[in-house]
Amino acid sequence: MLLFYAGTAMLLVFSFFKDKKKSLLALSIAWKRFVRIAPDFVLVLVLMSLILAFLPNQVIAAILGTGSQWVSVIAAALIGSVTLMPGFVAFPLCGILLNQGVSYMVLSAFTTTLMMVGVLTFPVERAYFGTRATLLRNALSLGTALLVAAATGFFFGELG
Amino acid sequence: MRRGKMKLAAAVLFFLFLGASFITGFHPGLETGRNFRLFTLDMFKILPCAFILIGLFEVWVKKETVEKHLGEGSLIMGYVWAFLLAGTTVGGLYVAFPVAYSLYKKGAKLSVIFTYISAAAVFRVPMAVFEASFMGLKFTAIRLLVSLPLILFSSILLGRYLKKKNFRVEDGEMTLKKKKNQ
Repeated sequence: MLLFYAGTAMLLVFSFFKDKKKSLLALSIAWKRFVRIAPDFVLVLVLMSLILAFLPNQVIAAILGTGSQWVSVIAAALIGSVTLMPGFVAFPLCGILLNQGVSYMVLSAFTTTLMMVGVLTFPVERAYFGTRATLLRNALSLGTALLVAAATGFFFGELG
Repeated sequence: MRRGKMKLAAAVLFFLFLGASFITGFHPGLETGRNFRLFTLDMFKILPCAFILIGLFEVWVKKETVEKHLGEGSLIMGYVWAFLLAGTTVGGLYVAFPVAYSLYKKGAKLSVIFTYISAAAVFRVPMAVFEASFMGLKFTAIRLLVSLPLILFSSILLGRYLKKKNFRVEDGEMTLKKKKNQ
């Protein structure tokens, strides 16, 4: 993280050293782009904090841990798609679920959709790439996540 | 105009909800406020640097360079670059989208862009390390090795399809411009 700040600062200083006008232009582009998309970011943050508060970890655990494998995989993929959580929340949660006996296959469906399929990030993605591309990318990602889950189940011997 | 107002109303409503929860001690509401603060801080730690880097990229990197390495002429290397760039992306999809948009505007082809976005979702190196520490190396390795070829395949498919349909990112840009005019 510190490296990221340091790297950005270094590049910026270097850029100013080389061409002051261009660097100011870069900063103005950065600012304009940021302001334009900021409302959508805030919207995503609001939705994310609401859904995580009303869908507590115990509920997620209850849904993923019961019933048949395949039902759980589908449920995991759905929850993963509609929720969004930062990695520092998601993986510790998955670690706990694993200890509670939730299978690797279900957790794979959960984490992969969590990362790749974004119902909540839809407003941001659409602002950049339009509705159609966004819908298609997310649908393909859901398919990918289900295949990855099946593969995980296979390699951990959970199928059957 | 209407959408702008609706967003404003939603924001007011959200903060009223937080305020009311604070006064009444409504537990999910308090939790929402805590999440919101935590996630906002987390996101805004990364965004300023990310957008400054995007700005620098816009002024310093030549269009021809991107076209050559990530554009229509690039074969396998375009995807290799997409994976490398994705692996070193910080933050999450919210950083990957604006980066991908800049790359596209500089001439990167669609399939490379989609490869980058999806790979940035699952394949960021610091995140993968964090994941492995909780789930075990085997789990993370399987997930990455199986998803990468699928990402490549589906991105190429999606790129081809959208190209055939004459998709332009102007679609997205227009949405942004409309918002600006509101």
